[in-house]
Amino acid sequence: MTTAQQPPTPHRGQPAWAAALDTRDRAWWNDLAMRGVVLAGGMSAVLFIVAIFGFIASQGFEFIVNRLDLGELLLGVRWEPTVEPPQYGALPLIAGTGWITAVAMAIAVPLAFGAAIYVGEFARGKQREWLKIGIELLAAIPSVVWGVIGLHVMKPIIQELFGVQVGLNVLNAGIILGLMAAPIMATIAEDALKAVPDSYREAAEALGATKWQVVWKVVLPHARPGLSAAVLLGIGRAFGETIAVLMASGHRLMIPESIFDSAATLTATIAAELGEAAVGGDHYQVLFVLGMLLFLITFAINLTADWIVRGRRSKA
Amino acid sequence: MSRANPFAPTALEGRSLGAEKVARLGFLVVTLLLLIPALGILAVLVVEGAPGMSLAFFTEKPRENGAAGGIATALVGTVWLTAVALAIALPVGVAAAIYLSEYARDNWLTRTINVAIVNLAGVPSIVHALFGVGAFVHFLQFGKSILAASCTLAVMTLPVVIVATRESLQAVPKAFRDASWNMGATRWQTIWHIVLPNSGSGILTGLILVVCRAVGETAPIMFTGAVFFRQLYPGGVFDKTMALSLHLFNVSTQVTNVPRHVPFAVALTLIMVVLSMNALAIWFRMKLRGRKKW
Amino acid sequence: MVSSPAAPFAQDAAAPALLTVRGLSIRYGAKVALQGVDLDVRPNEIFGIIGPANAGKTSFLRALNRMDEFVPDMRVDGAVTFAGRDLRTIRNLYALRSHIGVVFPLPVGLPLSIYDNVALAPRLRGVKAKSELDGIVERSLRRAALWDEVKDRLKNLGSLLSGGQQQRLTIARALSQEPELLLLDEFSIAVDPVTTMRIEEVLKELRQELTIVLVTNLVQQARRLAARTAFFLGGRCVEIAATEDLFNGGAKDQRTIDYLEGRFG
Repeated sequence: MTTAQQPPTPHRGQPAWAAALDTRDRAWWNDLAMRGVVLAGGMSAVLFIVAIFGFIASQGFEFIVNRLDLGELLLGVRWEPTVEPPQYGALPLIAGTGWITAVAMAIAVPLAFGAAIYVGEFARGKQREWLKIGIELLAAIPSVVWGVIGLHVMKPIIQELFGVQVGLNVLNAGIILGLMAAPIMATIAEDALKAVPDSYREAAEALGATKWQVVWKVVLPHARPGLSAAVLLGIGRAFGETIAVLMASGHRLMIPESIFDSAATLTATIAAELGEAAVGGDHYQVLFVLGMLLFLITFAINLTADWIVRGRRSKA
Repeated sequence: MSRANPFAPTALEGRSLGAEKVARLGFLVVTLLLLIPALGILAVLVVEGAPGMSLAFFTEKPRENGAAGGIATALVGTVWLTAVALAIALPVGVAAAIYLSEYARDNWLTRTINVAIVNLAGVPSIVHALFGVGAFVHFLQFGKSILAASCTLAVMTLPVVIVATRESLQAVPKAFRDASWNMGATRWQTIWHIVLPNSGSGILTGLILVVCRAVGETAPIMFTGAVFFRQLYPGGVFDKTMALSLHLFNVSTQVTNVPRHVPFAVALTLIMVVLSMNALAIWFRMKLRGRKKW
Repeated sequence: MVSSPAAPFAQDAAAPALLTVRGLSIRYGAKVALQGVDLDVRPNEIFGIIGPANAGKTSFLRALNRMDEFVPDMRVDGAVTFAGRDLRTIRNLYALRSHIGVVFPLPVGLPLSIYDNVALAPRLRGVKAKSELDGIVERSLRRAALWDEVKDRLKNLGSLLSGGQQQRLTIARALSQEPELLLLDEFSIAVDPVTTMRIEEVLKELRQELTIVLVTNLVQQARRLAARTAFFLGGRCVEIAATEDLFNGGAKDQRTIDYLEGRFG
């Protein structure tokens, strides 16, 4: 009831039990308290995302204000934090991240979409269940185990297959990251296919279209926003991966010129150098600035993906 | 001349049916291309790691920076890290899921929380590590410790708990809540007596997924509490500790003269833990799908 | 169905109303569900509400139980008093709801044992003693005419009972707190005719002890049970009259006559 409140007017003939209506008992207060507790839980996610940005920015704050040369940081080609004078040109790291992410997507997109289409549109019953479980388990393999695979399994294979000296390179890291990102992308892509109403499929089938024609002409076009979101989130995942890429990329701080060159990424560089940088020093602060950069880019990717998915839903 | 079957495919239809078979097969091959590496990895780990597996491997402390001995301290350290992370992430995550599923209305606050969850899940693990260093190691002065590392892991796994739990809460029929509210049950009584007991495996699944993530992550703990080599078992949450994942990183990249089977044996241990937990989660889900009480 | 004698339905018109509704309007967002309803429900009366779909009947019941607290965009305006208390000034709405029992169109057997279904509300209000709970469960199930069918399997899941049994379980649950007022919302939709008759008998008995607002899509059900009946249409209360008058050509509004004669709805 939303109209003006009146003071409680005890009715003359009000029965005895009606007193309970004004007694806020234990259950009432308990309910109020728990409402506060769960609200705090909900707010914690917001608190953490703000705190992550705040703490990372504050750790690099002094450097950002006093010595940050953004042009040098983004376009400088020498990352030599330990020589005198130190050089903080992150272009090799940005280029390494770009190369490896691109290779990873070249591998992950066809695999993930192919798997999503098969699982979502062709597979039935038990087969479908098992494939989904397989994809789920693939997504569960820890990143450090992927690193071991890159280091000990992929490296000799690449050396053998392509006759190259260096087996820890863009290709190696790209394959590893592609396989890591593909299961998540496949899951999101399959959700996107599932979201296409069955009535569309039935309508096309009633016109005599084959399953493949239905998928190509009807399902995929309608699932496009969800599929783009899948690619974006896959990029975010590959882009932010740390340990596996540190182990498989060879971690060479130079701009790679081919997929057979070793490379270093932003994430791996932070992981490799944070332990050695003096707390509060320039090097330490620059690493936090890189962290801020990573945070902002993934934030943008996630927001865009979320916006694409929600946009589709609200239109539907 | 026999009459042709009127429903037999025409030449054109026949061709597109052939194309259909090709398409189907092609997509199956792609799917298998994705899954075969997983089986390959498992096979390699088993073949290469098996020589290193023995009871002593699990019960002995590591020696020579991990080049010899077992993984006992790393194993125990991982249990510590995971348990403390769970103790933090589970209550917070379940509370958040309850808020979103049972209280939140469609307003800016709810949208903000949802955006935060999506982004929290997407933040790179190394950024979580930086946050852990800034917030828990230095600002809250936990130092490099199990507590700091577990807090970092907890923040990182929070979205997993929230999403899994929220989904299972929302699967409880609205009519149950209505019936309970109409009897005069408070919102909280309804949640506690009706919704939570019937949300099935949700919280359990969330718990298992947190364990998987916490066991496997390396970057967030390597600067916040996990150390390269330590022969002592942790005595409390303010101790540093070894961890299985970081140990695997070290014996693979940092320590020299490690016998080839050691990293594989550690990796095999890690993946057995993770896959068995995941299998458990999948099993719970299937079992519960099979016997809904409504 | 033999029409019941008029005598049991005779009401003491002078008795203070248990429920008074003045100028009640309900909106969901911009959509108006109910507008300007005035009516009184007297103690120990069965008050019928009939009307086609979207007449605002269910919304009316929801407002009586202050369910607007749980429905995000539900807005209620106007004054409702229950036992002389203005619903807007009640400080503990949970206590209010525990004095009002509700039965839904579709039976809701909570996924608890039959015993726990009925004992839930008393437990939540702090009844702990096993003997007391046993008494409440038995009395409530007896009053809902379900006791004989389930007394040997109280530990079985309530949600596994048949539809008709579940609906009586829902009634038993609604009675477990000895409510002053029982709200029934088209209870017979998912129930077979025989069970409907049994429940109707139960309601006639219950009239001795409490007050019932019966929303029904079956005009004959209102005729069988209600002392007075209101006709709702399109969010308005068209007419309120003694049920016998209404059915014996006493309806004043042409729309009521049309509805009763089955010309629409």
